[in-house]
Amino acid sequence: MSTYVPVTREEEQAMLEACGLRSPEDLYGDVPASVRLRKPLNIPEGMAEMQVRREIEHLAAKNTVFPHVFRGAGAYRHLIPAIVDTVTGHESFRTAYTPYQAEISQGVLQSIFEFQTDICELTGLDAANASVYDGACAAAEACEMCREKKRSRILVSESVDPKVLSVIRTYAFGRDAVVDLVPLRNGVTDPDALILLLQPDVSCLVIQQPNYFGCLEDLAPLTEAVHASGARAIVHCNPIAMAVLKTPGECGADIAVGEGQPLGIPLSWGGPYLGFMAAAAKLMRRLPGRIVGETVDTDGRRAFVLTLHAREQHIRREKASSNICSNEALCAARAAAYLAAMGPEGLRQVALQCVSKAHYLQKALEQAGLHPVFPDQPFFHEFVTECPDSEKLLSALRAEGILGGLPLAGNRMLWCATEMNTRDKMDRVAAIVREVTAS
Amino acid sequence: MKLIFEKGAPGRRTDYLGPCDVPVIELEGALREKPLRLPEVSEVELDRHYSALARHTHGVNDGFYPLGSCTMKYNPALNEVAASLPGFTDVHPLQEPETVEGCREVCDRLESLLCEITGMDAMTLQPAAGAHGEFTGLLLIKAYHRAMGHTNRTKILVPDSAHGTNPASASMAGFEVVSIASDENGFVDLEALKAAAGEDTAGLMLTNPNTVGLFDPQILEITRIVHEAGGLNYYDGANLNAIMGIARPGDMGFDVVHLNLHKTFSTPHGGGGPGSGPSGCRAFLAPFLPGRNTPESIGNVRSFGGNFLVAVRALTYLMTIGREGIPEAAMHAVLNANYMRVRLADLFPMAFDRICMHEFVMTLEKLKEETGVSPPPWRRRSVLSPPGMSSSGTRRRRPSPSARARRRRPAPGLRSRRSSASPVREARR
Repeated sequence: MSTYVPVTREEEQAMLEACGLRSPEDLYGDVPASVRLRKPLNIPEGMAEMQVRREIEHLAAKNTVFPHVFRGAGAYRHLIPAIVDTVTGHESFRTAYTPYQAEISQGVLQSIFEFQTDICELTGLDAANASVYDGACAAAEACEMCREKKRSRILVSESVDPKVLSVIRTYAFGRDAVVDLVPLRNGVTDPDALILLLQPDVSCLVIQQPNYFGCLEDLAPLTEAVHASGARAIVHCNPIAMAVLKTPGECGADIAVGEGQPLGIPLSWGGPYLGFMAAAAKLMRRLPGRIVGETVDTDGRRAFVLTLHAREQHIRREKASSNICSNEALCAARAAAYLAAMGPEGLRQVALQCVSKAHYLQKALEQAGLHPVFPDQPFFHEFVTECPDSEKLLSALRAEGILGGLPLAGNRMLWCATEMNTRDKMDRVAAIVREVTAS
Repeated sequence: MKLIFEKGAPGRRTDYLGPCDVPVIELEGALREKPLRLPEVSEVELDRHYSALARHTHGVNDGFYPLGSCTMKYNPALNEVAASLPGFTDVHPLQEPETVEGCREVCDRLESLLCEITGMDAMTLQPAAGAHGEFTGLLLIKAYHRAMGHTNRTKILVPDSAHGTNPASASMAGFEVVSIASDENGFVDLEALKAAAGEDTAGLMLTNPNTVGLFDPQILEITRIVHEAGGLNYYDGANLNAIMGIARPGDMGFDVVHLNLHKTFSTPHGGGGPGSGPSGCRAFLAPFLPGRNTPESIGNVRSFGGNFLVAVRALTYLMTIGREGIPEAAMHAVLNANYMRVRLADLFPMAFDRICMHEFVMTLEKLKEETGVSPPPWRRRSVLSPPGMSSSGTRRRRPSPSARARRRRPAPGLRSRRSSASPVREARR
């Protein structure tokens, strides 16, 4: 068995004596005898590093790692430049605590400050927080930011990722808020249906850009209708797409949220990921969690501190804007490092390659017989096709190390292409589609 | 220090992608008008920038971190190797189940280990942090009372010493918070608890050992009072490190728990996250857990299954230290805290004169009387962060088991800081 306890038996005895105790048992005098464990826990004995490593590697090897991924639906495979791992792998970042104490945390604080600045740039809004757990939680927290005494109804477009919707519903259950869905027309939010649903008790609308089906929403008319009714507009956006698309800020959104995983964070079977949140200045004080601000120290030098504490749980307790305490700081550092490595032109190139390859794939699949479901809608890097026998197609693709699209209800499939997919493999996917259809 | 935005030069960049191998398509229509202002730096500038930021950051692996209110323990190197295996990092969360057997086994094994350690019957790894686990656990309590038709059970009892997340989580779950007074020893005031518990009680949230570092010896009485009133008992696992393998929340009468993998189970704090806050419960609450296909499930508290790579690290730690290592780590954390308490008692009178668990509270009044130095500057010089400092000038300290190697240093270090106490530079807020 290995242990990380650095004390020898002799040292332990000396420490006990210094405390006036005879045995370690004496430390637990306050624990009633009836709740003390009388036998060891029923779990395996510890192991040395060599054995643990062998077993963990064996577990990892049981998974299939697909060299070619055409599936997105909320988690995207992008290039992660090697430098991102290098710069965020510093032990000091990895093992630091939440930067409450500014004097020993300037590095972490500055990295979060730079991340917040990046998020404001991407979303076109005024203030961002230090991150929340993931994109779905960011959307749910944003709904909470919009709640007013007489407005407790949340509208969510049917084109929002169902996982995001599910988390919004769970948070709404906590606050006893009602969630209604806004129907779609041809793959995007129906503005006429929205106007009918915008009753005086509606607090906010959640829309996704690009939406779950990959289509680009025409945001401005939707946010205008929302504002006309006195409610607020939340846009759940893909950060890579924000390099080229009109920002939520430019489209009139009050709050922008999203999943930051595409920004240099590996797929990792779903986590840790990164929820980002940005808001217009008037809502800044409602942002949940940590916010890092710039200030000067007593010598007038630039310094960073956690700011606007007054909204937070450790001060406000049950009146806090949220209970969030830990966030995803190291993932935020990864995102900031990724964005700095890519720069504005690099991120634009990632976005353009995503668009170009997704369009190439869509055409190739259409020619192979899988017709797009929303052929007239502009899209970013995802799209939906008809797909009569998804199981058969996916297993044929899997045999060649290809993870195909995500099967959706109604014999449809949601495909994704990023800069990582090569023309050769896209041609091969189309060929496999032909083979499967022909057989 | 300069911001990354102030370094580099316009147009400076590294091309990581190379040319596009399909015809380039420019989107038309709704394109951003405002130019995107991101850093424009070379790779070496980026590398040096983060090296400089790292030098301005103090982590557990840089030195002693005697923080109260949060367990800070050594983050083993092997955990990082495990969490960076491509078989874990390069797996899409929506892959078909038969292609992710290894991931599922990691979660199953960790869940059953955590059930055994806490005495719970079921566990979910979905919550991403402690406060998220609290919220999840409270929603279980809410969903349970709803299902039982207990519409009047709208109040959660929270001791006044509780961490701020407890009342905030209760409020997010739609409960009214009732604060329960502590007695002069820092324990729950049983009379106050009896008076508050009743037909409107949904449950009690308790941290034990509590936030002043004491194990409440009346624990069985406390959970019995709440159960008899028809409420459920919620265990905040923030301080489990002191008693893991020694006693289990399930045996103390708790129905729901949350754990912090980034405290008790050695995964790094990452400068504020990612953490992981598994929620566990007794069998009768299991159908309400998130991420399950049961009609009673509260749904999902985040996308996908949770902070998976954090779970990999925690499993690696538990496989390494195993059955004997768990109580050993707990006992040494408690021994370290008591050793420091005894070594410092002559200079800093203790708030509670008794054996503590993993942390203790010392008072700084004598320091101020004798040196004129007030607590904040002293704290800044001692690497002690604000949540561990109460407004009354007392100080919580918590050495973790791995702090032991330096046990001779911290106490003399604090002694010398006391004797040389003087104001230091403070950041203006």
